[in-house]
Amino acid sequence: MFHRESGFYKTSYAADFALYPLPIARWSVIGFAILFFAIVPLLVPSYYLTMLNLVGIAIVGALGLNILLGLTGQISIGHAAFMSVGAYTAANLATRLDLPFYITLPAGGLMAAAVGIIVGFPSVRIKGLYLAISTLAAQFIIDWIIIHTPAISGGASASIQVPRPWLFGIQLDTQVELYMFILCVVTIAIVGALNLARSRIGRAFIAIRDQDIAAEIIGIDVRRYKLMAFAISSFYAGVAGVLYTYYSGVANNEFFPLLISIDYLAMVIIGGMGSVLGAIFGATFVTLLPIVIDLVMSYIGPFFMGDSSGLSGIKSHLRLVVFGGLIMFFLVVEPEGLNRLWLNIRNYFRVWPFSY
Amino acid sequence: MDMFVVWYFLESTINGALIGLMYALVALGFVLIYKSTDAINFAQGQFVMISGMMVAALAADYSIPVFIAAIMALVFMVLFNVALERVVLRPMIGRPVVAIIMATIGLAAFLEGVFPMFFGSATRSLDIGVPNDPWIIGQIYLTPINVVGALVAIAFFAGFGWFFMKSRKGVALRAVADNHQVSMAMGINVERYFVLAWSMAGVVAVLGGLLWGSAIGVDNTLAVVGLKVFPVVILGGLESIKGCVVGGIIVGVVEAWGGTYIDPAMTQEWFREFFPFEGGGTKDFLPYLLMIAVLFFRPYGLFGKVQIERV
Repeated sequence: MFHRESGFYKTSYAADFALYPLPIARWSVIGFAILFFAIVPLLVPSYYLTMLNLVGIAIVGALGLNILLGLTGQISIGHAAFMSVGAYTAANLATRLDLPFYITLPAGGLMAAAVGIIVGFPSVRIKGLYLAISTLAAQFIIDWIIIHTPAISGGASASIQVPRPWLFGIQLDTQVELYMFILCVVTIAIVGALNLARSRIGRAFIAIRDQDIAAEIIGIDVRRYKLMAFAISSFYAGVAGVLYTYYSGVANNEFFPLLISIDYLAMVIIGGMGSVLGAIFGATFVTLLPIVIDLVMSYIGPFFMGDSSGLSGIKSHLRLVVFGGLIMFFLVVEPEGLNRLWLNIRNYFRVWPFSY
Repeated sequence: MDMFVVWYFLESTINGALIGLMYALVALGFVLIYKSTDAINFAQGQFVMISGMMVAALAADYSIPVFIAAIMALVFMVLFNVALERVVLRPMIGRPVVAIIMATIGLAAFLEGVFPMFFGSATRSLDIGVPNDPWIIGQIYLTPINVVGALVAIAFFAGFGWFFMKSRKGVALRAVADNHQVSMAMGINVERYFVLAWSMAGVVAVLGGLLWGSAIGVDNTLAVVGLKVFPVVILGGLESIKGCVVGGIIVGVVEAWGGTYIDPAMTQEWFREFFPFEGGGTKDFLPYLLMIAVLFFRPYGLFGKVQIERV
């Protein structure tokens, strides 16, 4: 991940697709594993762990959208709706049938995947703008169905209390325990996404993104793979929704409005479309941005305006401004996102301190 | 049949059609940009919102007459749109559709944040001199602002229809919409026509802001009007101004029927035995449902251009 040879020496496809292109990559992955699994939970105070938990959930969701948007080139403005499908599935299973998380988590994902296939069905015939708008429609329709069906939403307020997950007789309710729980899921999600991209399925996705008619000519079943991309992407979204439900202790569709769908699109774009590392960067960046804005404004805000009531109004608007501005900036100036910036830094140090 | 039922049906339909024409006016801005520059503008609702907000704030806080405030907003929107085209949209020519959609979604978020930051997020009323008391024809109650809005919309549609079909600039714009490179080769200054299209969209947005602002009040939720643009343009077909009107009327009428017939029906016992839904609110998503149905059978809308793709 961090160290590279001083040139390109790959002689076979196997070498090009290897997960660990260099021995040092294996060591850096082990290093990160030790850092996140052992050092962080021991040393980081629980206030910062809550942020890391939110980042982890966002990473799972962003990885899913990245498979759809970055790899397959199909836009979806209804990602948050799939999250709420997963959330309510898990909440109903957990409260009515007392099922443990290792059943509700995949069940939520599978339910979201099933809904995703239905929503993705128009993608067989339409693309671009039309697809964007039909997924936007899906966001509204799914929202409406969830709110207005008491069997799903559990009553008028549309929120279901969910007990925290149990494992081996321990209830995971402190931030550290939740952190370990979320981290395990995030690790599985990252490994899955990395392997998907270098498998036959991932290559088919990329072919469809680059030129769908040409992909069909070389023998890729475009219809099947498009639906598969929707299913996988919604599965990730559903899992992220379940994680959020367990994290917050309540399933509520107000957590997943249209604005969250746009947040996830922003994560994939700011991070860099089509790259797993980019999705991780983007999820981290977008999740931490409002917290950083909050922090900065509470330091410098009082200099500009006296009362704090105006300040809190400014904060929520400022978040939108920075957010929208960044999306436009990255799209116009650096379409490959934070991932490209990172690659530039890495390539600079590739032969450092010698310039050739 | 009972006469009351007929009047009720007529009132619902006519009011729906009037509101639909006001939707069509907002959608017109979208179509103008799409027709000539191929850019998909997800921020059309935000354009309406910021122009309405600007007029309302200038009129209420600085006691400038609404007419002059509207002209100021007009000048601002035209300049803003021209700058926007230059800075954001022009570098993105030739990029994938998804990228342009995302850029305008970013723009929408940006505008939704930056204007309330300056003008405050309180709801303002906007008075453009249209009476509030309903006009009564037979037993039909009509809201004056909707009637005025629909008339203005029809006038503008007629104007733009003439412009695109007959005037020299309009024909050039259609050529630009068809193919950028060929129109360049024919001596049309494509970039100048991009600017023209965006400034026309700005004018339409100010008009929409005035009408919608005085119909439902001015605050952040005014941008929600923009979400109705998509069913309108998809139903009508993206490239068609005629389709815009038809789509607008369909969406308005369907919404009105949803409000007057489907919502009350859903609270009935017999309905809830079969479909255990709570409450109404169908009018927010019925247009979208209809739109999806149309997408399956006519992917290019009622009047849209059928495109053939080549590798």
